[in-house]
Order: sequence, then structure tokens, then C-alpha cells
Amino acid sequence: MKQKTKQLVVTFHTTAASMAMEKACLTAGLPGRLAPVPRQLTADCGIAWRAAVETRAALEALIRENNLETSGIFELEI
Amino acid sequence: MIYFDNAATTVQKPACVAQAVADAVGTLGNCSRGAYGASLGASRAVYTVREQLAALFHCPRADHVIFTQNSTYALNIALSGLFQPGDHIITTDCEHNSVLRPVYRLMEQGVSVSFVPADRQGRLDYGAFEALIRPNTRAIVCMHASNLTGNLFDIETVGRIAHEHGILCIVDASQTAGVFDINMQRQHIDVLCFTGHKGLYGPQGTGGLCLQPGVEVRPFAVGGTGVQTYLPTQPAQYPARLEAGTLNAHGIAGLGAALSWLGKTGIDTIRAHEQVLVRRFYDGVRKIPGVTVYGDWDRWPRAAICALNIAGLDSGEAADLLAEEYDIAVRPGAHCAPRLHEALGTKDTGAVRFSFGFFNTEEEINTAIQAVERIAEQ
Repeated sequence: MKQKTKQLVVTFHTTAASMAMEKACLTAGLPGRLAPVPRQLTADCGIAWRAAVETRAALEALIRENNLETSGIFELEI
Repeated sequence: MIYFDNAATTVQKPACVAQAVADAVGTLGNCSRGAYGASLGASRAVYTVREQLAALFHCPRADHVIFTQNSTYALNIALSGLFQPGDHIITTDCEHNSVLRPVYRLMEQGVSVSFVPADRQGRLDYGAFEALIRPNTRAIVCMHASNLTGNLFDIETVGRIAHEHGILCIVDASQTAGVFDINMQRQHIDVLCFTGHKGLYGPQGTGGLCLQPGVEVRPFAVGGTGVQTYLPTQPAQYPARLEAGTLNAHGIAGLGAALSWLGKTGIDTIRAHEQVLVRRFYDGVRKIPGVTVYGDWDRWPRAAICALNIAGLDSGEAADLLAEEYDIAVRPGAHCAPRLHEALGTKDTGAVRFSFGFFNTEEEINTAIQAVERIAEQ
């Protein structure tokens, strides 16, 4: 069974917003990946950005600077 | 075949377009419907094309680029989703049925409509837009260039008039996207409707509308979006608000390849070539006895369209002779522009429309001029 670790999960209202997030992270060199939204979240979009919790501050800054639309940022054991 | 019906659709496309569609058909999943490779591939491809279109048209947000199957659907979405009974809108006699029929339907629903008249050369008086504005006027709907005469309209002036009066400017760019500069910011455009398969050289089944942030359009169709599943209504956020059902990711991938080609080729280069072609054709046919050319030929640049009639010959007969005896493809008839034909005085005859594209050559133009000459002599 896969061992659970604490991860950062960013959710979105639309797939377009998740695509914008991925592009911004790739451009900024911030590690992470797109993955299904964990079921414990009542998120809008089926696709979330998953990354290490250590990237939270950098991600939040990126979201502000690029005016990215998100519906939530969570830290989950997944 | 010499293909001169580029105003209907461009047949000759850059080779990369078909290749991109073929690659997409074999690899892309359903956009917005999963987080595995094939679905993400579709979502990424579609989003990249949103970015390309936003850059081309100076739309401030890529997520405000909405995909539809053509500009008719884009116009239907905009016109059905912005107005209420009691509102007033202004449009023109030059419009295509893709605007006129939705507008006539709005009239049945209690929206009043004023038409800026076209003169015998298909020209518009820009002062008339302002004169028609009332307290309940919500929008001006105007095409960028006529699909019948090729006349190019000063959309920046129209947009400025709209914004000076606090009303929306909705533009039908079916004949100009990919050929003329379109800048939603500079030209004060709130809603830009475009098709992918004409001057953008993408596949049929692609098109869309670009919205300025703050323009709130009610959904035309509602349904699956892959997001916000438990919400009983369509999601509020663009683009999902206006994109119900599976997108044409395969076609959109082809459109993306076409836009890349367009960027490398340069729309200035494309426009310059088309201007040479249409000027050469016009200069060749206008002096042929019995030939009547329609439109405003004093004002350049113009869309690469030349509509004409040959005395004593039905436009359908002329087109048939061109096709059967000279293998030249043109379109006769009314071209979905009923009010403009009335203004031009061609309601009963229609017109033979020659429309040129980047892949046409001056040799083809010469052949067509000779063909018109011979038909007119008969």
C-alpha cells in the first residue's frame, strides 16, 4: 500500500485555470504535477495541482503575481 | 481547380494543419475529463490555443477565449446571452445571416433593433451609429468586413462610439481574422466572434468568441463540463460557463498548428499578397463590357473579395460556366447577406463572388480575368 505523505493540493473552478497554473509553475521552475482532486475535498475542478508543502509560499506568490484563479489551497495526507 | 471561394472556407491549408489533426486524433483524450496523460494532453493543447488566440486578438485573458464550432454559434451565444426584453441594439444592413437571424429572433422576444443603412456601394455612415443610440441601447453589433463586397469597416471607430456611450461592441470577424490586425483593446471590442476555417486556415468545426473581462454572457447551452459536477447550473467561470459538452480538441489542435504557421508567415505578408490579388482581379474585370462590380473600391485595404455580375447572365449560370468550362470555383447567389443585396440592388440577380486567399497566385487571377472576359463576350 502506498505510504501517505502530506502534500499541497491547489484546486480550481475550471480546467483552464489548472492549465494556467501548470504553465506558470513550469515557467517558474516550481515542481509539482496535475492529478485528480482528492475525494475528501469538495473541489470544483477534477484536476488539482499537487506539490510538496514546502513550495506553498512560492506557489502563493506565483498565484498573486500571475493573477491565477484558484478555488483553494490545502495540505492533505494523501 | 482554381479555388476562389476562400470567403466561404479556405481549402488549401498549410500542411501542418492536417498533420496536427491526425496526430491529435490518435493521441488526445477528452479535454477536462481526466488527469491522465491523454486527457491532460487534450486540456493542454486546448489551453495553448486559447493563449495563441488571446495573443493574436489582444484578449486580456486566455480563459476568456471560448471555443465554438464556428462564428455563427459564437454570435448566437453572444446575442442570446446578453440582452433582455426592452433592450435596444444597433446593427447594420451589411450583416450576414449569422447576425441577422439571431437579431430577428431577439426582436420576437422584445428586443428592439435599429439597422445602420448601407448605401449602393455597401458603405456605412459611421455617424448613423451614434444617431441611433437611445437610453436603452445595450450594444452595437458590426462585422469587420463584408462577406459580399469585401468592404472593410472601421471597427475602431464603431468601438469608440460604443464605449463613449457605455454600450457593448460586438464584432463579427469572420472575414478578417488572420488577415487584418484585430486588437480588442485598441479597437474597443467587448465580444469578438471568429471562425477558424477561413483566414485562420484551421479546420472546419473550429471558432469561438473572445470576451473582455466583465462581460457577462448567459450560457446558450448547458451540460457536462468536467468541473463542478454537483452544481445544478452551468459553472459561473469562463470558459466552462459557455462550453458545455466535449470540445473539438482535434480540430482545435489543427487550429493551433494553423496559428503557429500564421505567426511565422505573418498576417502582414498574407494581407499584402491578398491585396495584390484582389487589386489585380478588380483592375482586370472592371473594364470588361457588361461586367458590374459591387462595393467600395476607393477605400483600401479591403477583404480579398470581388462580387460582380455579367449582364444578361444569372449569377448561378455564370458560376456554373466558370466551374464547368474553366474549373474555377466561385460562389453565386445571395451569400447569406439579404439586407445588403437589397441595398446594392442585387436582390433578384444575386452576385458572383470571387474570394482570394494566401495560396492563390497571380497566374490564377489572370486565368479568371480571361474566363470572365470570354463569358461576357458570349
